Amino acid sequence: MRPVAVIGFGKTRFGAFPDRDLRSLAVEAGQRSLAKANVRPAQIESFFLGNFAGPSFVGQNHLAPYVSTAIGINGVPATRVEAACASSGSAFYHGWTEVAAGVRDIVMVVGVEKMTSQTTARTSEILAEAGDCSGEMKAGNTFASLFAMIARRHMHDFGTKKEHLAAVAVKNHANGALNPDAHMRKAITLEQAMNGKPIADPLNLYDCSLISDGAAAVILAPLERAAEFTDKPVRVLGIAQASDFVALDQKEDITTFPAVRRAGEQAYKMAGVGPQDIEFGELHDCFTIAEIIATEDLGFVKRGGGGAYAFEGCTALKGPRPMNTSGGLKAKGHPVGATGVAQICDVVQQIRGEAGERQIARHSLGLTENLGGSGATCVVTILGAR
Amino acid sequence: MRNGRVYTETVIYSPPEAFVKEAPYQTAIVTLEGGGRVTGRIEGERVVIDDRVEEVEERGGVPFFRKA
Repeated sequence: MRPVAVIGFGKTRFGAFPDRDLRSLAVEAGQRSLAKANVRPAQIESFFLGNFAGPSFVGQNHLAPYVSTAIGINGVPATRVEAACASSGSAFYHGWTEVAAGVRDIVMVVGVEKMTSQTTARTSEILAEAGDCSGEMKAGNTFASLFAMIARRHMHDFGTKKEHLAAVAVKNHANGALNPDAHMRKAITLEQAMNGKPIADPLNLYDCSLISDGAAAVILAPLERAAEFTDKPVRVLGIAQASDFVALDQKEDITTFPAVRRAGEQAYKMAGVGPQDIEFGELHDCFTIAEIIATEDLGFVKRGGGGAYAFEGCTALKGPRPMNTSGGLKAKGHPVGATGVAQICDVVQQIRGEAGERQIARHSLGLTENLGGSGATCVVTILGAR
Repeated sequence: MRNGRVYTETVIYSPPEAFVKEAPYQTAIVTLEGGGRVTGRIEGERVVIDDRVEEVEERGGVPFFRKA
């Protein structure tokens, strides 16, 4: 296996863009990544697209060549990867395997989702297809209600409080307010976060990530060739994808995600680091409880301690281990299929020292955790300056 | 009809399209007597974790429980 680097990255703004279609968003992100790395479309040897539900959201299938040819990439393999909210994390993993294995040199990975052309109720229904539609979803559940049930149990087992959940929302909104590309650039108070419109008890509106349009792209190359394209390559030091049951009721304990633990352990091992070495990261805060559990499953804090860890400011922008400096899915936005690659872009941006107002002081080793569904897929990536 | 205990639960206020007319409603994961878990709906009185519940009926493949 050879070392792999991210040589270029680019994102669209995240938000609700009624006059933009899926393809134009993906093309914009792809072109930005090409410009950043001084790569021509004809140099791309393989193309991966992470997308969860283009066919349902916008009525278009066969999306990988539909997007790649519009970027000017034609003739090479163009592959769509679907793994719910981890679609583009998984697309990145598969792009990485091609470069690491020496099958291809220059590979583009794009993630995209166009969600806001549907009503919220219809969007909930489309998202619900990432759960078990023969069981849990038939009972009327939504992803918010599945994570609400996870939160309930976490509160019952560990004494996690609503204030703890709200602290995650407050932190991520504060970070998002500093991110010019974020969907929601508005700081909120703990009191506001505690008293949002109820969605599924104990979660309210402020515990839920946003329904957004957006795209993100990265270009990968073998480290030995990175200098041809950039003087700031960012290395993929460790990466792993893991899986678990789709249905929540098949899991023995819903307060932990075995796929996150497995992917984390394997990624740490590949990178030769441990949780104590990770300086910052982007975690999959589809719901506030998910960020709390991620800090536990990735070993930053002991089981059950994630709520207090967030509440005490340990993951704040100026805290000891900042998480979701981009604003996270909560404030940056969550165009489902774009999220995994967007997280990579955000960590790469911090490592390169290009994060503007939200630039953190210690930024040489970062991590992304991209979760699919209620934990059936997880991709963990560890990125470093060298 | 099956009996069990509530493993976790939630009350849904923002439902998917097909359930809009029923909201708010409670769903739960129930640990069944004799083992295994199932996701279902709660009828009548709201339940909390560890409450005992009994199955009332199955509608469209979904078990409906009520507080025992």
